[in-house]
Amino acid sequence: MSTQPAKRPVPPAAQRPAFDPAAAAGYGEHPPRVGFFTDTSVCIGCKACEVACKEWNHVPEDGLNLLGMSYDNTGGLGASTWRHVAFIEQIARPGDAPRDAAGSTAFSADGSRWLMASNVCKHCTESACLDVCPTGALMRTEFGTVVVQSDVCNGCGYCISACPFGVIDRREGDGRAWKCTLCYDRLGAGQEPACAKACPTQSIQFGPVDELRERARLRVTELQAAGESGAQLYLDDPADGIGGGGAFFLLLDEPEVYGLPPDPVVTTRDLPRMWRHVATAAVGLLAGGLAAALSRRTGA
Amino acid sequence: MSGPAGAPGNGRAASRAARARERWGVHGRGQHERDNQAGPPAAADGGTGPGAAGHGPRRGGRRGEQLMVPRAQPDSYYGKPVLKVPVWRLRDVGGYLFMGGLAGASGVLAGCAQLAGHGRLARTAKVGAAGAIAVSGVALVADLGRPERFLNMLRMIKPSSPMSVGTWVITAFGGAAGAAAASAVTGRLPRAGAVATAGTTVLGPVVCTYTAALLCDTAVPAWHDAHREMPYLFAGSAAAAAGGLGMLAGPAGEAGPAVRFALLGAATEITAKSLLLRRLGDIAEPYQHGRPGRLMELAELLTSAGLAGAVLGGHSRVATRLAGAALLASSALTRLGIFEAGQVSAADPKYTVGPQRERLNRRRAEQQEAGVT
Repeated sequence: MSTQPAKRPVPPAAQRPAFDPAAAAGYGEHPPRVGFFTDTSVCIGCKACEVACKEWNHVPEDGLNLLGMSYDNTGGLGASTWRHVAFIEQIARPGDAPRDAAGSTAFSADGSRWLMASNVCKHCTESACLDVCPTGALMRTEFGTVVVQSDVCNGCGYCISACPFGVIDRREGDGRAWKCTLCYDRLGAGQEPACAKACPTQSIQFGPVDELRERARLRVTELQAAGESGAQLYLDDPADGIGGGGAFFLLLDEPEVYGLPPDPVVTTRDLPRMWRHVATAAVGLLAGGLAAALSRRTGA
Repeated sequence: MSGPAGAPGNGRAASRAARARERWGVHGRGQHERDNQAGPPAAADGGTGPGAAGHGPRRGGRRGEQLMVPRAQPDSYYGKPVLKVPVWRLRDVGGYLFMGGLAGASGVLAGCAQLAGHGRLARTAKVGAAGAIAVSGVALVADLGRPERFLNMLRMIKPSSPMSVGTWVITAFGGAAGAAAASAVTGRLPRAGAVATAGTTVLGPVVCTYTAALLCDTAVPAWHDAHREMPYLFAGSAAAAAGGLGMLAGPAGEAGPAVRFALLGAATEITAKSLLLRRLGDIAEPYQHGRPGRLMELAELLTSAGLAGAVLGGHSRVATRLAGAALLASSALTRLGIFEAGQVSAADPKYTVGPQRERLNRRRAEQQEAGVT
């Protein structure tokens, strides 16, 4: 029913050199691509990442509310929320694994568990927001991250409709689009992003993406071996619909439980086909106009 | 959650979605039917046990295709949308879809009518094109978060951004349409006017159809998934509108080309729309229910009325004008309906999660099967 993912031959991961978005954007010599690996299995929901992000980046307050969503009173990512901790309370169903001796985050004896996960911009390898931005305000940095230049953005809002994760948004009263910069200023000074620095459990890990991917694979194997059957990596695969995330996640349940799309595909993959249909329709319209005007020319 | 109207949320986005749901009467699957217990989607439909789901009795030559994967039950985070609801305003961008189409197709009609020797109809179309593109420009600039920075659009030409391409096209078209109309009205510089008219004839079709790419090149399910049919739908709707304007405001003796243009357009629009709705399946729901559904329905009625009036009205001036007005209104409602349907589909997570989950499950089942054999 909906569009199929683009069928294109994908060589096995081992043979394929990692796609380098910074090089593709025209950077000659540049630092390695960096990103986040967010291991939600060790997130304790302290929200230090949210606070550190706001403080470092001078992100304005955007509502002090009680949302009735467990301990989540932030709601979701937005123009003034660049890290968001989700809280999910679950009751076990028959067949779900109980908590084991090692204290894994599987269900406890009373049959409940609490999932927490810190969400952030994915800094996609194939980035829809960047593709559709008409002013060039959104750009790829030398670190392979995606950043909005606030002095260029004119608030057209296209990136907001294009993002498959609902990350970027327009700030009220300001009119421009804002999102996580992966602390571009700190990266330039050789520092890690504020959220990763503040995370007390290393749930948010910062580093070169290649290295993080390896670490993530080891961790998910370990968790699965420990009986955490729902443990899965999300957006770590360069063959997925966004070419892999610069920020990716280890989740303990399906992505949609965390409010993440289960199989996102960057919209611009279909753009060449769209342009072809646009061109065909345009030619048809012109032909229709000519036919309408010239037919029965003498008779009318 | 999904509490009272204007429930507190993450600043603007959440309240935008809440407002959207309230306004459009989207129920969003209750709040939290399963209280977030996702897990692997169990075989919800009776008969097939969980074990049978993976390797169901595929061979055996039963009727058609056997559903390999149990139908996905979309889950969500407290019923909140996965996507951000587009920030574009209905009046500005929804209205622009109509006005831009009217302008572009009027530019085409102007050139074609001129070519066929219908000078007075051409003049009406030129004035219509210039007026509609001027209104479009104002609406688009007004919709920017920072209108004073609209010239930043012209920093670059970016084929990967339909908005960038469109900005250049409507800028060029606007200049041509203005010059063509000025020359036609004043009667001065006829040669420059002819060149400008040629410009509107060539650029007009792109003005009408690029907006389909503009909408479809987004993550919005009801827009993106419709990208095959949308350009044809928009072209048809634009031609119906421009023909309608020619019928409404054009000279009585030269309505023929306008009527034929409108008929062709309306027929194309109806065909493209029915193909779109059939192919989209569940994602077509926002086009058929709630407020956008009502807009689209009313548009269909007006199209039928306009078609009937154009065909049966014959040489009656009043009937032709009424039919033209109906077609214009129908085109406007269609565009507004399509615009709102997209916003509805972005505001409800089921339209995002459902199809993606089904696609993922199908792919995994295929991979598993490929691994087994």
